Amino acid sequence: MIEIKGLSKSFGKKTVVEDVTLKIQAKAITSFIGPNGAGKSTLLSMVSRLLDADTGEVLLDQSDVKKMKSDAFAKRVAILKQANHLNIRLTVRELVSFGRYPYSKGRLNKEDQKFVDQALEYMNLTDMQDKFLDELSGGQKQRAFISMVIAQDTDYILLDEPLNNLDMKHSVQIMKILRKLVDELGKTVVIVLHDINFASVYSDRIVALKDGRLVKDGPTHEIINSDALREVYDMHIPVQVQDGCRICVYFNSHN
Amino acid sequence: MRKNSTKLIILAVIALICMLLFAFYNIQGGFSYAFPKRLERLFAMVITGTAIAYATVAFQTVTRNRLLTPSVMGIDSMYEIVQTIIYFALGSSSIFVVSRYLNFGVSIIAMVLFALILYRFLFRADKHPIFLLLLAGMIIGTLLGSLVTFMQVIIDPVEYESLQARLFASFMNVKTELLFISAGIVALAFLYGTRILHKLDVMSLGRDNAINLGISYDKMVLRILILSSVLIAVSTALVGPITFLGLIVSNLAYQYFATYKHSVLIIGASLISIIALVGGQFLVLHVFNLTTTISVIINFIGGLYFIYLLLKESRKAG
Ligand SMILES: Nc1ncnc2c1ncn2[C@@H]1O[C@H](COP(=O)(O)OP(=O)(O)OP(=O)(O)O)[C@@H](O)[C@H]1O
Ligand SMILES: [Mg+2]
Repeated sequence: MIEIKGLSKSFGKKTVVEDVTLKIQAKAITSFIGPNGAGKSTLLSMVSRLLDADTGEVLLDQSDVKKMKSDAFAKRVAILKQANHLNIRLTVRELVSFGRYPYSKGRLNKEDQKFVDQALEYMNLTDMQDKFLDELSGGQKQRAFISMVIAQDTDYILLDEPLNNLDMKHSVQIMKILRKLVDELGKTVVIVLHDINFASVYSDRIVALKDGRLVKDGPTHEIINSDALREVYDMHIPVQVQDGCRICVYFNSHN
Repeated sequence: MRKNSTKLIILAVIALICMLLFAFYNIQGGFSYAFPKRLERLFAMVITGTAIAYATVAFQTVTRNRLLTPSVMGIDSMYEIVQTIIYFALGSSSIFVVSRYLNFGVSIIAMVLFALILYRFLFRADKHPIFLLLLAGMIIGTLLGSLVTFMQVIIDPVEYESLQARLFASFMNVKTELLFISAGIVALAFLYGTRILHKLDVMSLGRDNAINLGISYDKMVLRILILSSVLIAVSTALVGPITFLGLIVSNLAYQYFATYKHSVLIIGASLISIIALVGGQFLVLHVFNLTTTISVIINFIGGLYFIYLLLKESRKAG
């Protein structure tokens, strides 16, 4: 389990994450939601050690992540950032193979290859595995990066807006794969989402941030209702039930 | 397209031919006298060539740029500065001049320290655009250069002469007594350097991806910067500055091999480097019959190539 305790971060005078405390439930999908600039990415970066917190700590199964060995941590927690830009030219397969680095240290064995094949398969990339990333569309590239994180085969998968650039079909496909990773393989997924309906339909829990503070943290059904969502987004968000799913219909809302 | 292993073999063969030519072609004045001399020079060129190639490629990976090199940023001129300061402050009879090893040690430490301070200042935020870095590096280099000139002007003329002799290191004038200690340091550096090649591969994905994949990124950056400064410092102390060699060979290697694998890039860049130095020096001596050293020519061609790369980059950015 990941425990976040009193985490804060400022850039200059601006506090972007303020005293956030929460537990991330294991073997579940937790969605982080909140307006732009709420601090979601910053929080995720601190949990995954990309960024040092000013105060507070992050515990992974009771041990402080900052004290863990880098390569041991990389076998347990994987993160995909919101924006990914590479300076070097790689094929899809080469990128995904990097996901095995914590295990292979650059020399892939049969088992590593198997994980790579499977991760490519999951993201529907098998056919284009030998294409260079700069020959792909934005969505295809995004899928290649997700594929790398899946190949990393960690217990915890943190994804910052992975549905960026993806069409509806692939978005649904990825959410279903994440569901499968949780339900069948017992992984824990934390995902930042702007499409609140994906959060509603696929996540077990939702964490809402606003101005750097935690404003909501609970099971999905407690958060997806107009009152709670108004607190987060300052707008009126009607919620309808469709085929047993709570769907937010906010497209022509007037505050 | 040829496979990279084939390309490496081709380069290795060319490098070998250059080395053989350099060692055996038209030996005059007694084999037993000339041959060991040639071997010494050859040895110095191979050491510096590989040291500069490794240092430059590794440096460019961790700084995520392909235009800057430790030399371009002025580590080389630090050597002149240290020597001048020693002569200026202590005189040519001081122990720091007389003892070659002490001098060597002090120069290297000073160069590495200078490099680290410079990097700390320049790469801290990791956000500065490359042209700003370049400009800053060059301004600092020029500033220090002027300081050196100033000290050299007011130094005693006799001292100055001896300083000049010291500063004018080159492949035709290798400091033999430093050859083995340099080789030792470079070998030690490579012992570590070859073990982290796969880490360099991962680091070329950028900081976030590298950390995600289990690299202690900031620690590794520091280590690699120290490693590359040491390599450049040793080669400068041994044969003098060849400012643009690293830039040429790294960029040729990126272009020729088109891979992210540092094992290939670094071996390739080293071979290109050896070919440029040994082959170049051979041509200079035996074909053009010039007495100049290859460093001068490499710096000339390298300077032009640098301008070309700059223009290409700015066109891409604009
Ligand atoms: N490196 C940085 N330096 C200065 N300010 C930063 C930095 N990174 C983030 N911020 C600021 O911190 C705040 C939170 O940013 P963060 O990226 O965490 O937001 P977010 O919730 O992920 O937003 P979005 O939904 O747009 O991705 C923003 O106001 C941003 O301007
Ligand atoms: Mg964000």
